[in-house]
Amino acid sequence: MAHIKINETLPGIRGLMDFRPETAKPMNDLAEILLRGDNTLSRGDRELIATYVSYLNGCFFCQNAHGGIAQHYLQCDLNFIDGIKENYKTSDIPDKLKALLEIAASVQKGGKNVTGEEVGQARKFGATEMEIHDTVLISAAFCMFNRYVDGLGTSAPLDRNFYVERGKQRAEEGYANFNPNN
Amino acid sequence: MAHIKVPEGVPGIRSLVVFRPETGTPLYELAQVLLRKESPLSTAERELIAAYVSSLNQCLFCTSSHAAAARELYGDDRETVDKTLKNVDNAPIGPKLRALLHIAGKVQQSGMAVTVQDIAEARRQGSGDREIHDTVLIAATFCMFNRYVDGLASWTPTDPEVYGEMGKRLAEHGYQPTKKD
Repeated sequence: MAHIKINETLPGIRGLMDFRPETAKPMNDLAEILLRGDNTLSRGDRELIATYVSYLNGCFFCQNAHGGIAQHYLQCDLNFIDGIKENYKTSDIPDKLKALLEIAASVQKGGKNVTGEEVGQARKFGATEMEIHDTVLISAAFCMFNRYVDGLGTSAPLDRNFYVERGKQRAEEGYANFNPNN
Repeated sequence: MAHIKVPEGVPGIRSLVVFRPETGTPLYELAQVLLRKESPLSTAERELIAAYVSSLNQCLFCTSSHAAAARELYGDDRETVDKTLKNVDNAPIGPKLRALLHIAGKVQQSGMAVTVQDIAEARRQGSGDREIHDTVLIAATFCMFNRYVDGLASWTPTDPEVYGEMGKRLAEHGYQPTKKD
């Protein structure tokens, strides 16, 4: 049971967006631009950053919901996603993405944890100003989404395969016209 | 120096919104809905929650600007703001706001830190679903804004007068991405 009276058939953030559509709209607009809008970072890479930050925040719903979407875009399996969470540094991903995940992890701890060296490292591997900006904002945004979902005690399906199925649908429909009842 | 090439002399989140207006628009819209639009909590109370969470995150820019806005909105009771930021437990605020600030402090640590007892206490002091929802989302949102502002090392003015002016503008005009602050 969530801490406030919401439609309990809607898991995670969906019950909250149904409770308060006025705040849901700018949150979904933000997610749409950050995760799906035109970008030199692929949608898969951006969803992976969102998944990793949600994992660091221990948010079961968000890490699985976005992990499912990342899986769809990257055409990978759950083991690959779990490997990134466990140790992205030894995962089979490009150095640039590793450097961006390091920045995202620092943001998760607190904005001041991001160092000039980390940003320099990302640049060295080819990250642009915009990619560094978007990585910081994706991480910061998920520090919001995760707290919103868990701070109000929402429930989430425990079967991780549920999210893999959902991931395909969310990837196709996007966030902008998100209907929490679908 | 900020970590990315943002315009010089533009403080805090403004410089980031100039750098990336596409994300700036929904960010300001979210702040406007949460801090200014209809809510059972007053605009002064909501700005105080924002300033309090920002102070826990040690984000000087957000703490200073939202504390300044809260002082304007509290008017004659402006000292409430600084007393609360100094110590919530003996601040001159009602038990309802104190219980909500306690929840906001938990959200700042982690969403999972909020307990059913925290919620029950807020309800006992007169909060309903909307107060609890808005408090959690304001706290969560400032965990984003604070990380955005400091994660990119945007410019933080140290002159208190700069924030005084900012507070007046925020109190009067709210959050509009196209206008200054």
